[in-house]
Amino acid sequence: MDSPIWPEGVKRCSLTTFLILLLPCFGLLAWGGLSAVLCLWKGLNQTNMSNVFAFALWIVFDLAVIALGAGAFFTGFLTYIINRKELKNIINAAVIIGFICYSGAMAMLGIDIGQPIRGWFIYWHANIHSMLVEVSFCIGCYLIVLIIEFVPIIFENRKLNEIKPIRLIGHNLHEVMAVFAATGTFLSFFHQGSLGGMFGVLYGRPFAAREGFYIWPWTFFLFILSAIACGPCFTILCTKLTEFMSGKKLVPDNAIQTLAKISGWLLSFYIVLKIIDTLGWIYGVVPKAGLTFMDFYREGPYGVWLVVCEILICGVIPAVMLMIPRIRQNGTWLVIAGILNCTGIVINRFVFIVVTLAIPVMPFDRFWSYIPTWQEWGIGLAVLGYGVLVYALSYRYLPVFPKEKELNIIT
Amino acid sequence: MKKDHGHVGKKYGMVIDLDKCTGCGTCMTACAAENNVSVRKDESDKERSITWMQLYQISNGKKFPDTRYSYFPRPCMHCDEDGRGGHHPSCVSVCVASATRLDPHTGIVSQIYTRCIGCRYCQAACPFDARYFNWWDAYFPKEKGLDRYLSPDVSPRMRGVIEKCSFCHHRLMRAKNQAYAEGRREIGEHEYITACTEVCPVQAITFGDLNNPKHKVHELIQLPTAFRLLERLNTKPKVYYLSTKDWVRRLADNYRPGEFKRLSKGS
Repeated sequence: MDSPIWPEGVKRCSLTTFLILLLPCFGLLAWGGLSAVLCLWKGLNQTNMSNVFAFALWIVFDLAVIALGAGAFFTGFLTYIINRKELKNIINAAVIIGFICYSGAMAMLGIDIGQPIRGWFIYWHANIHSMLVEVSFCIGCYLIVLIIEFVPIIFENRKLNEIKPIRLIGHNLHEVMAVFAATGTFLSFFHQGSLGGMFGVLYGRPFAAREGFYIWPWTFFLFILSAIACGPCFTILCTKLTEFMSGKKLVPDNAIQTLAKISGWLLSFYIVLKIIDTLGWIYGVVPKAGLTFMDFYREGPYGVWLVVCEILICGVIPAVMLMIPRIRQNGTWLVIAGILNCTGIVINRFVFIVVTLAIPVMPFDRFWSYIPTWQEWGIGLAVLGYGVLVYALSYRYLPVFPKEKELNIIT
Repeated sequence: MKKDHGHVGKKYGMVIDLDKCTGCGTCMTACAAENNVSVRKDESDKERSITWMQLYQISNGKKFPDTRYSYFPRPCMHCDEDGRGGHHPSCVSVCVASATRLDPHTGIVSQIYTRCIGCRYCQAACPFDARYFNWWDAYFPKEKGLDRYLSPDVSPRMRGVIEKCSFCHHRLMRAKNQAYAEGRREIGEHEYITACTEVCPVQAITFGDLNNPKHKVHELIQLPTAFRLLERLNTKPKVYYLSTKDWVRRLADNYRPGEFKRLSKGS
């Protein structure tokens, strides 16, 4: 029924099948919509956040999706600035995933603040000393950049492309994309970094606090590195999932392998620095605060196992896997390494947010625990539903993968 | 102990004698009444209660008959500057909308409720858990007549913003107005004290200008029994405690084995 607006020369499932497959997404969006209405109408008492857990599931989701969405700016940087031409076959997917991640995070943040209608105060009454201000400014600007990067992909839709002005705008935007790629890279470096800086500067919380360089704690640099190490892997995973769902090959191997290789080297570099940072923290910040490493894990479910899981299982192992050509060239191993890589970064964000707050600083205070409510899950998962929906619509109607036609010749 | 209040201006601060504190909770009640702190029908969820002055019960962890208890009344510490040589307490430097600030003339850390966007980053930054978020709309039960007791000097807070102890800042304003009306430029030591200081039945709380040698607090913080909460984090609180008991002093901060210096031999 909708075949005239499919990209030229490709095949898609019927509209009915497409809509049926998307039903879970509509379900998640409805759940999220109801949760959002409740939170905005009745307040954040609908969540299980508290005066102890000021940040919780949503901030974990935010930081996780922003790290995973880093594939957009980093692939853009490699494609347009470093001029890795093979990545032009995957850049559209990376941009769309980035757009989904950042717009989803912004929407979630809008609900997470106690006074959403005062959100603009961040820009109006900005406290330049706050890392969160830097995050807000850069994410806000970068989302605009992502929209500008997404627009020409939308304009490439077969029907839209027939309209001359739209075709011209799209074409010209493509021509100047390097400028936006550079802007996006600049903005992303700063907000990924300041997201890490947000926790490193908490000198009142020895679990998160870090020494650093000038005004930037080490977490500033580690968050940038970890984001560009996992972002490309998340792009690969999404592409592989699309290939699996559609039963087609969509991206030439050289593009995937370039991203996987770069991701592997970056992850290795990050993990080495992360280990040095952890040791520096254990023997520097922690004793200075009168604590030992094990003091943080005396009680509660968050034990040393999280450190082992984050650094060793989801750090060192995928780094080694991605660096060995024979392993990363194997589709299954590549996906496993990608999943481990992304999981490690999500654990890192979780640890900095939830575990930091769960551990009491005052010696006579107790350890706290937190379980999200259905409203919190609803809003978090709605971002997933929204992401799948936008991605699926883009795949169906836009030439997301330029080589799709070439790689899947319809006989 | 390092004393670091060498500023020329005023530095209002508090000294709480833990050896005198009985844990009666009058300070908490007076604080809530004075500052229009909202209540809930069911106050059992202590993670979401608002208690500007929080009372912690601590124990020496020993078995009977050696068991000992003490209490830590904990208002906002009104930290002085960050531990890295900057000029902002941990909450002030992180606030996105400049809704909280350190007054250089009084040392009081204020909270601007109408500017707070409720991001709660300051809560995450405060190691003393002294900041409270309004999870619900303000509620003062009419059937109990609480609405008639609201103080006209303190604005009630709306849902979705952070609030915290202000060292009863409105009392400072009132005292200043009185002084100006009487043609004075300075206010006396007892003209400005917080509600918790005023009501403490055992006079465990002393309030005043830490910089003023004529004020009692200035003298008290020089005592060898004076200490602050989490002093090692270098947040430079303006709330001091007094205790002759080593086990109480030991619980005020984190110490690795062998680091804690005892005050007395036998306590």
